[in-house]
Amino acid sequence: MKINIILLISMTAAAMWTVMGRSLLKATIGLAVTSAVITILMFRLNSPLAAVFELSVCTGLITVVFVSTISLTKPLTHKEIVELSRDRLKRFWFLPVILGIVGAGLIVTITRPGFSVPIHAAAAALKGAREVLWNLRQLDMFAQVIILIAGALGVVILFEEKRRDEW
Amino acid sequence: MSGNPVQLFSVFSVFIALLFISGLYCLLVTRNMIRAIIGLELLIKAVSLLMIVAGHVSGKSALTEAFVITIIVVEVVVTAVAGGIALRVFRHNGNLDTGDLTKLRG
Amino acid sequence: MPSLLILIPLLGIILLNLLPSRPMRRIAFWFALVLCLVQIALAINHYPPFWGNELDRIDSFFRVSFSVDHLSFVMLLCIGIVSLASLLIAKHTVFDEKERFKFINLLIIASIGMSGIVTVRDLFSLYIFLEITAIASFILIAFEKSVLALEGSFKYMILSAVATVMMLTSIALLLLVAPDTSFSAVHEAVGHAPDSRMVIIAMGIFGCGILIKGGIVPFHGWLPDAYSAAPSAASVLLAGIVTKAAGIYTLIRILGSVFGYNRTVGAILLALGALSIVAGALAAMGQKDLKRMLAYSSISQVGYIIMGFAIWTPLGIAGAIFHIFNHAIFKSLLFVNAAAVETRMGTNDMDRMGGLAQKMPYTGTTSVIGMLSAGGVPPLGGFWSKLIIIIALWQSGHIAYSSIAAVAGVLTLAYLLIMQRKVFFGKLGEGMQDIREAHTGIVIAAVMLAAITVGVGLLFPAVFHNFAEPVKELLMR
Repeated sequence: MKINIILLISMTAAAMWTVMGRSLLKATIGLAVTSAVITILMFRLNSPLAAVFELSVCTGLITVVFVSTISLTKPLTHKEIVELSRDRLKRFWFLPVILGIVGAGLIVTITRPGFSVPIHAAAAALKGAREVLWNLRQLDMFAQVIILIAGALGVVILFEEKRRDEW
Repeated sequence: MSGNPVQLFSVFSVFIALLFISGLYCLLVTRNMIRAIIGLELLIKAVSLLMIVAGHVSGKSALTEAFVITIIVVEVVVTAVAGGIALRVFRHNGNLDTGDLTKLRG
Repeated sequence: MPSLLILIPLLGIILLNLLPSRPMRRIAFWFALVLCLVQIALAINHYPPFWGNELDRIDSFFRVSFSVDHLSFVMLLCIGIVSLASLLIAKHTVFDEKERFKFINLLIIASIGMSGIVTVRDLFSLYIFLEITAIASFILIAFEKSVLALEGSFKYMILSAVATVMMLTSIALLLLVAPDTSFSAVHEAVGHAPDSRMVIIAMGIFGCGILIKGGIVPFHGWLPDAYSAAPSAASVLLAGIVTKAAGIYTLIRILGSVFGYNRTVGAILLALGALSIVAGALAAMGQKDLKRMLAYSSISQVGYIIMGFAIWTPLGIAGAIFHIFNHAIFKSLLFVNAAAVETRMGTNDMDRMGGLAQKMPYTGTTSVIGMLSAGGVPPLGGFWSKLIIIIALWQSGHIAYSSIAAVAGVLTLAYLLIMQRKVFFGKLGEGMQDIREAHTGIVIAAVMLAAITVGVGLLFPAVFHNFAEPVKELLMR
């Protein structure tokens, strides 16, 4: 339990770093670190398959997508970055304050005696995520195929270079 | 994971709520399109974690694992398409400032 | 075998993209056409071997379970008709053959998504098909890559993703109390713990998510931008069916089969509906852009539908479902006309239009029919559904709301007629001497939709029972 709390706190810290990071690249790295911590948490919560997916896809693939998008969109000159970062710190100091207040409020709520969450455990234990995916939720698998096709179409349409325009 | 399930769930919920707030904050305060997408990503991660915790606490880890895998797949596609749109906007406007996206009015 | 509705188009798309491109490009249009026609035919005819509810061989082989009830039939019919109209418009507004091929693929995917939404019986599958429809819609809106379109698409994307996150949060919370996410399981679980604060919060969050997806006031911010910036064929699809399938249908299904109806929710929805009607009508009056005006008008009409089923009486629900159908038809008709005008004039600015009816007779006539139906003029379809909703409101004691609905109906008629006169009648604008009638395909779509709304209006007593059927099933739960 204590390990969980340490992990959760580091996850929140990484999230704050993501939001308040000065440059977009720092924010992306913050996002990757948040994903990594969430992977560890998922693994501890009995979901190894989801943890692996989260690691390879979110920490890996999405970071690559972000970094390539960021590098394709021209970065600002150094002067503009310094100006923006001063401005940003002024705007973003709200976040730790809000998080602190809400966190304190929530902790008070849950430690109040008589706080309970209705939980009904499942009657039959399911075998594993693989069985669930392939036997129970086959419809979702078809839907994933459709979404991937739609995504491929979208990427082709959006990333296409209109060479005729540049002539 | 020994320990009272309610306690586990509550502790996790507090931090997940903080993650939600971070993501929403990032989405609302930023003027840069890519930061908005990053904020969205944080929100989706918060939900995935919530789903896993809920499944673990109520004994349905396999089900929620399957759900989260599906959610991650969908998330990748949405991020890729959103990134594509941001890229295209950049090519037109020269920057990613959402303050400039005000041509549609009325 | 209702899963074939989803599997066959999926197979078709895979084949279309894998086989050599040149012949496939020509086939794509006809394939999509056949799909839409088949869907319409099956939705009207209720052909038993296809719709039989026992687990047939194909369904059990793929182990997918769909089920259709009468509400799904009505929605499937709307999806088929509007997709058909959108397809016909696409043929004439997306010019490059390669682009058109991709457009048609996306159209089929959107149609798969919506057909899925209306036939699944599980919350998580509902989420996935909502996402399929949403992703196809974003790409369709951004299809021509103009800055306006990209802006509209991005706004819609962000709001839709936030709505998705809300729905998933709700599902996660509900999983604590329900054994799985099927409608019946959640319904039972909610029934066992009606007062639990967490369950109520979960239901509320889900409701907010649906309201955002459906573009219902006060979450409608993305809607006018998305509708007006999208290419014409995509606007037809969006306005005609996407927001209704994603938002309204889901809301009705959730109220009926999953969370159960209660008076507080009904009261909130009633207020939101009235707000939508008035806000939409007022905003529509001040618009200069044709498509934007139609977008606000859609927000207004959706308010009627919400008020209809918010009271949860048989007449109210029947009126709401009937109005879903009528709105799909006449709003698509109006957008088809907007497409016709846009292709010929190159602009949507109403100030520059005038006297178009002399040059575009078919478009002008069908547009008059569409406007009158939207304004609720007898004997067209729109009149009957609005009348039923207003009567239902009166009967259940909500006199104030009933009057608001009636007055707003008159307002709607007023601004639509003003717009009609400005665009199609009156003096011919300058530089418009060479305008010809729109392409045949567009005219066919317009005439078809106009014929449906006239037919439904005239044959009202005969066709109404089709829309009243779902009421029994919804109220039984």
